[in-house]
Amino acid sequence: MKKDSRARIGVYVCHCGGNISEVVDVEEVVGFAGKQPGVILSKNHTHMCSDIGQQLIIDDIEEHDLDKVVVAACSPQFQGETFMRVLETAGLSPYVVQMANIREQCAWPHFDTPELATKKAKELVNAAIAKVRFSEPLEKKTMPIGKRVLVIGGGIAGIQASLDLGDAGFEIYLVEKEPSIGGHMAQLSRTFPTEDCSACILSPKMADVQSNPNINLLTYSEVENVEGYLGNFKVKVTKKPRYVDMDKCVACGDCEEVCPVDIPDEFEEGLTTHTAIYTPFGFAVPHRNLIDPEACINLQRDINSCGNCIEVCKEDAINFNDKPEEIEFTVDTIIVATGYDIFNPSEKKVYGYDKFKNVITALEMERMIVKAAEGNPIRDPGKRIGFIQCVGSRDEQVGREYCSRVCCMYATKLASLLKHSKPERDIYVFYTDLRAFGKGFEEYYKRAQNMGVKFIRGRVAEVMEDSGSNKVILKAEDTLTRQIIEAEFDTVVLSVGMGLSKSTDKIAEMLRLAKSEDGFLKEAHPKFKPVDTNREGIFLAGTVQGPKDIPDTVAQASAAASRAVRLMNQREYPIEPIVAFVHEEQCDGCELCIDSCPLNAISISAEVAEVNEALCRGCGSCVASCPRDALDLHMYTNKQLLEEIKNALEGKEEGETRILVVADDTCTYRLADSVGTAKLSYTTDSIIIRVPSGSRITPKLMLAAFKLGADGIFIGECEDRTSPFPHSGQVIRENITKVREILKEEGIKPERLRFVQFVTIMLKGFVDNVNGLVNYAREAGAISPEKREKLVENVNKRLFGEEYD
Amino acid sequence: MIKKLKLSDKNVDFLKKIEELSGEVITRCDQCGICSASCPMVSEMDITPSQLMRMVQLGESEVMESKAMWLCASCFTCTVRCPRGLDLSKVAEALRQVELRQAIDHIDVKKLSKDEMKRLPQIALISGMRKFTG
Repeated sequence: MKKDSRARIGVYVCHCGGNISEVVDVEEVVGFAGKQPGVILSKNHTHMCSDIGQQLIIDDIEEHDLDKVVVAACSPQFQGETFMRVLETAGLSPYVVQMANIREQCAWPHFDTPELATKKAKELVNAAIAKVRFSEPLEKKTMPIGKRVLVIGGGIAGIQASLDLGDAGFEIYLVEKEPSIGGHMAQLSRTFPTEDCSACILSPKMADVQSNPNINLLTYSEVENVEGYLGNFKVKVTKKPRYVDMDKCVACGDCEEVCPVDIPDEFEEGLTTHTAIYTPFGFAVPHRNLIDPEACINLQRDINSCGNCIEVCKEDAINFNDKPEEIEFTVDTIIVATGYDIFNPSEKKVYGYDKFKNVITALEMERMIVKAAEGNPIRDPGKRIGFIQCVGSRDEQVGREYCSRVCCMYATKLASLLKHSKPERDIYVFYTDLRAFGKGFEEYYKRAQNMGVKFIRGRVAEVMEDSGSNKVILKAEDTLTRQIIEAEFDTVVLSVGMGLSKSTDKIAEMLRLAKSEDGFLKEAHPKFKPVDTNREGIFLAGTVQGPKDIPDTVAQASAAASRAVRLMNQREYPIEPIVAFVHEEQCDGCELCIDSCPLNAISISAEVAEVNEALCRGCGSCVASCPRDALDLHMYTNKQLLEEIKNALEGKEEGETRILVVADDTCTYRLADSVGTAKLSYTTDSIIIRVPSGSRITPKLMLAAFKLGADGIFIGECEDRTSPFPHSGQVIRENITKVREILKEEGIKPERLRFVQFVTIMLKGFVDNVNGLVNYAREAGAISPEKREKLVENVNKRLFGEEYD
Repeated sequence: MIKKLKLSDKNVDFLKKIEELSGEVITRCDQCGICSASCPMVSEMDITPSQLMRMVQLGESEVMESKAMWLCASCFTCTVRCPRGLDLSKVAEALRQVELRQAIDHIDVKKLSKDEMKRLPQIALISGMRKFTG
């Protein structure tokens, strides 16, 4: 290759102030590196990362016309970016520097065998030289990004995110499936622990949404489809027909007076009814009538069956010919705020929700309290009231292990409100553990106790009804006194927990968002990216990510807004050049690669594969799928990896054993660094190859490594649930199955190829696995050169079938 | 008199033994009491099922003196309701095994009078018979 002969490489070996030089003979490594092909100069310095060290590289690039650099020092996880900046300063591509990690992965873990450590340091430097020799001068790319955001869900999370972004000058499409925004918060009586009236603090925010010129409010609408990526999401929304002209209707209510149909009012949790033509609730936004097509006689039967509303409507607003409307637009980022559904208490049959009139959900109690306060009481809940906590929370019997976080406090609130309105009420809260962790919560709990609310530590076992009086009988153990309580209540309130809303499933599938084990949508990182998702440019706000109270939801919604702004305010955003690419002359358009990408980043265009660089995250899984070697990954090309492996194994002498440790960047490479930092010793007969994901090492590369002298290959990868590439484990398993078959065919023990999924704290696990494979390979004995040679014969046919011979 | 509970290695060993025999992770019990309120035999017991679980958690071997485990009818109501997925009937069985394996007392069924046979609950008879196999 031309590039090879032209490469002018500078190698810099760092002492790290003794950290390296006290174990590794730096002079010897410098001398060795200087003799390698393409290396123009080889130097050492006590601190390469210092200003002086950095300047040394910059000056040399200028003076000696270097075009590639190797820095043998600490881990690239530690100082990689520093040296990338150095190259940029010197006017080179930041991607033509390679670090040989001779501190964390050599001097530190091999401190007890300095001679072997020096030998390994040379191997590491040699491998880095090979990799950098074939590196491409990649450029940082950018993609344009605008200021449009899709917010899905108009509850308090969606409202907050929309207002924050709207106020900051971004253009928002707020899509809500119900006819009004407001969500669950609109239904609540008061909010804990301050007892603010929920509607009173929410309705001004809802009005702000309507009046904000930057917010396009699409109520009674559903997101049908989303395609594309950050900066270019194409969205299709269907607006359901309201059968009432929003521009003409003034919500005077005349139509409701004459409508003959009554249906259960969803907003009132079915406790009251409304007519087929209705407004969602008193402070709905938009506050306009609409017709429920399932209930309206005209829409269900003949168009002329009723028509009462048409007759009375002075504004001529009613339109029975209204049709669904499709709206299409493009946005740059998306915030998912689709919220929760309450646990369906019918699933917990022992609590008799479906059978007993006086067993109600907490949300029904919220509405009963509001209605009573408004002067329209639905029914009096009576004197003795019991609350059952943890209904659909912390219960393996219904498949929900998690705590819903809000029920302890809302039960405390409802109990306080009930007690406040009628102090003679006798109220008991049956709890498992009382969790009052938030600001002002414990004080609020104490206040309820002060008012005389009784808290009983015991989970209710069953609920019965006195058929005569319709009173409800509860059975529970007071675990603090070990007595069984069996008592009668006028009303029993089920403190139902939260679960992901049903409508979110469709959205999650459409956006290809991951779920966590509890069934809620998964954040990108539980600590540092709590509102990001596995998709760039898509964020989570509110209970869609997990149970939350209102302040937490609002905080998270603002966080999601600010994360979206972080991307959009730059007008263009940088994309990593470490993405897949196609050697077009080798591609025959067979489409085998398309399904290999979980992000749908590969398509066929003009009969060759094309990689969407904005979608590709650079895992490299697709490379293995191509029988023509047409797919490749920048920074980790087939050529680079092959040369790196070749040089890494070059130092192996007669009778020695060598295994390759293929370490994914996110978990295993960092784990190996931690092992070094902890000075845990492992065998020097191992050498680490860094990859973005273990799935990048194709079967062909594995076989080539065995051919080139590897006695074992050990692939380390993140566990699926912590991996940035949750699909990679599956790909690696498929790849190694193929290679093991071939190993077996050639009489080589398939156990020489191993795969472990790590978390970054498994220090000892790493050491044991590496030592284990080396010991295994030693005992299994050397592989004959003939056998090694045969591994790569007819490799295409063996991996992909006859037609690819 | 309020009893003082000492926590020693003996307690740990007792818990370990019961966990081994029952196959249940007894420390997982969070003492919600749903088992006790579900138990059809609880009114006959001297300690409630959840109290029994607590005593085993803390390794109080005095639990062996209680009759609760002998009254467990293995009806599994607690098992299907336990929010932590524990099988209490297995724990009761483990406790019974500890006693039975010592083979201290024997019941001669033949010596029971007809009247006693009539009044004895079946479960008690079964338990009594099993003492021979213990």
